[in-house]
Amino acid sequence: MAIRTIRLPDVGEGVTEAEVAEILVKPGDLVREDDPIAAVMTDKATVEITSAYSGKVIWIGGEVGKTLAIGSDLIRIEDDTAAGLEKEPQVAPAAEPAAAAQSVTPVESAMETTPSPIPDVDTSTRKAASAPQPMQHNSAIPPRAEGASVLASPAVRQRARDGGIDLRQVSGSGPAGRITHADLDALFQQAGQGGGAATSSLRSQPESVETVKLAGLRRMIARRMSEANASIPHITVVEEVDVTEIEALRVKLNETRGDRPKLTLLPLIAATLVKAKRSHPKIFARYDDEADEVHYSSALHIGIATMTEGGLMVPVLRNVQLLDLFEVAAEIGRLSEACRTNKAKREDLSGSTITITSLGPLGAIATTPIINKPEVAILGINRMAVRPSWNGTAFVPRTMMNISASFDHRVIDGWDAAVFVQTMKALLETPAMIFMKD
Amino acid sequence: MTDLSCNVLVIGAGPGGYVAAIRAGQLGLETVIVEQSAHGGTCLNIGCIPSKALIHAAEEFFAVREAAEGHSKLGIRTSDVGIDLAKTVAWKDGVVRQLTGGVSGLLRKAGVRSVQGRARILDGKTAEVETAERLLRISCRNMVIATGSRPVEVPSLPFGGNILSSTEALSLTSVPETLAIVGGGYIGLEIGTAYAKLGAKVSIFEAKPHILPQYDEELSRPVAARLKALGVTVHVEAVVEGYDAVRGVLRVRHGSTVTESAAEKVLVTVGRQPALEGLGVEQLGLDRDGRFIRTDERGQTSMRGVYAIGDVTGEPMLAHRAMAQGEHVAETMAGHSSGWDKRVIPAVCFTDPELVVAGLLPDQARETGRDVGVATYPLRANGRALTLERTDGFVRVVFEQGSGLVLGLQAVGAGCSELAGEFGLALEMCATLTDIAATIHAHPTLGETVQEAALMGLGKALHA
Repeated sequence: MAIRTIRLPDVGEGVTEAEVAEILVKPGDLVREDDPIAAVMTDKATVEITSAYSGKVIWIGGEVGKTLAIGSDLIRIEDDTAAGLEKEPQVAPAAEPAAAAQSVTPVESAMETTPSPIPDVDTSTRKAASAPQPMQHNSAIPPRAEGASVLASPAVRQRARDGGIDLRQVSGSGPAGRITHADLDALFQQAGQGGGAATSSLRSQPESVETVKLAGLRRMIARRMSEANASIPHITVVEEVDVTEIEALRVKLNETRGDRPKLTLLPLIAATLVKAKRSHPKIFARYDDEADEVHYSSALHIGIATMTEGGLMVPVLRNVQLLDLFEVAAEIGRLSEACRTNKAKREDLSGSTITITSLGPLGAIATTPIINKPEVAILGINRMAVRPSWNGTAFVPRTMMNISASFDHRVIDGWDAAVFVQTMKALLETPAMIFMKD
Repeated sequence: MTDLSCNVLVIGAGPGGYVAAIRAGQLGLETVIVEQSAHGGTCLNIGCIPSKALIHAAEEFFAVREAAEGHSKLGIRTSDVGIDLAKTVAWKDGVVRQLTGGVSGLLRKAGVRSVQGRARILDGKTAEVETAERLLRISCRNMVIATGSRPVEVPSLPFGGNILSSTEALSLTSVPETLAIVGGGYIGLEIGTAYAKLGAKVSIFEAKPHILPQYDEELSRPVAARLKALGVTVHVEAVVEGYDAVRGVLRVRHGSTVTESAAEKVLVTVGRQPALEGLGVEQLGLDRDGRFIRTDERGQTSMRGVYAIGDVTGEPMLAHRAMAQGEHVAETMAGHSSGWDKRVIPAVCFTDPELVVAGLLPDQARETGRDVGVATYPLRANGRALTLERTDGFVRVVFEQGSGLVLGLQAVGAGCSELAGEFGLALEMCATLTDIAATIHAHPTLGETVQEAALMGLGKALHA
């Protein structure tokens, strides 16, 4: 009898610790080699741990939910070969119900058995986790067998490695078929002329790489985007909206606008958001995730994602709830002009409680917008197109448009997101409701 | 709780470990090296270097003794020869100190932090070191296991008292009257020859049919002849059954007969095994290759970020292999791509005469299915060998017929260990017979024999 320790094995690339998801045995249980004993969860996968020994469980190192470092003690087993458990599994005494319940069938057991006395993960993981190849460095035997033999000096080998050339595919012009620097010169030259790739075995073309240092607005965008994408678990909902009615309304309004600015769809969507905010205040928020606080403003400030020469900017329509459609249109005009001419002021660019992103005719069928942190939602407007629509008796041409809205799943549940999108759809499809008092 | 964290933690400061640490330090990786005794490991402290010092002292003494006995062909006369072995050992220790001090200095210069103590691995990223003052916990991103090897003990001859391992045999302060050596490999032969020259009556017991059993008999024959001339008795196919410490006799079985052989001291050199006990390596669950740790072509074990180099990774257990592996894993850890593509690891035996082996032996070459040629050039035809009074031995080249590709180079002869460089270079460069034959070798040197052997292989020897 000996006490064996099963340690948490290396379960995946770059994984240093894992959370115990399941413990399948308890102290006193009898287990056989290859019986599953626990499951651990890494950020990538849940991995089953099997026992490397047969015997009685005497100690369990982790409870469910506990995080253990790779290599730390998981379970100790009293090796019980004397009881005949290992050698005679068929006549195992009935006093081991737990082991019987958990044990794998003999066939699987035979397949899973590995000669190594180490705790290991399931077969597929094992393959991925370790691909040990013995070093071919017996002094007396060259590294490659005959036939696969590559003859090249260390300097040639190094140069080939640096150039991405697999020497096994290069024929050598030197004595005894030795690959020379001249052979490599010829390969590199061929590759440089571009005509060589088809005829030579050279796989890698020399490529030129231009390095551009990110600066200014571009660097800021890069940082903010990666921060938002890394820290916010996004949920994106895409819905189809029939905008025939609201488009008709927009055209009508434009016909009678006089000297007021021309309306695009954007002021109408802004008005829709004003209306939707009344029933869905949680969508219009700023989430301070460091302080674990969500701030809800009584006002609605809408960020408008705007393309400028320098890159993406998000000017803010402030207090949209106080503006009428034409005032919104005028403000959008002023803001986009300010951005394009680099005259936007600080308050023009901050404080938004939701953002709209629209690529107009380039708006695609669906997008997965990235939230403008610290907001918790972003509304993507997709391309408008006339499509056949079934009205119950016939196909009729309708102007259709999709909306793609992303939400911060930390503070907005999928249900609330879906209901909000449905509200938007209903309002946009029946625009009179946008302007009704509650 | 972590006391110390680093990028690279090297466990063991032998030739593999200290080279890995120096290169890692040079490449800008924050490196800590842990060693329980002195920097330099077995090689510098109790192996290669002290044994070469002892061998050199024995040779010098032997030459003087020969002169005193009137055997000097050179006409040198002297009398009243003696050796103060304690002084010899003190000189040897000085050489060792100088070298280990040098290693410590190199580690410092490379910015490597040294910790003295015994390491125990807790997991793939953490180790605990028992230093003189306290228990130190070190966390690391990469770990290099370089704990080396130790002599194998024979159950019937446990180390202690008059039963010595190579370590004790290199620190004797007086020459034993009789010395029995169990195991006729290179370590036993090197030390046995030295003590024979110092005046001990040496017997060697080897279980296989000839000494240096990993090489062919042709190679070991000059060594066997010299041992005989030195008065060393060699018993082959002999199995040692035990040692009677009271009477000072070794019981040896030859086939069915058991004989006794007087032995004041018994040196057991039957091989070496990886030194992994108490390190905690078993619980890491690393893939093994027998007793050794299995590594891939990057020197990495089956656990990511855990590397192994040197004797713990298997044969051949040689310092220069460990050094190359150490350099290799340091570069791997620093992100430089360098696959292990060495063609040859030469091996040298400081027997008398010396033996150097690189690449394939004739039989090994034939086993690859090639059409193999062998050319052997004797040292007695070499002027330099004659002037050194030593013409026993030869240089041998193993090559592929047709292409002339050199597959192996071996030599046996006094001073031949220095040919290891040319042998290694020729094989690593994939030289052909013509490459060697067409290279002007300086006259008069032992190296000329390599050129002559190559010429011989081409069928155009000049001096044979």
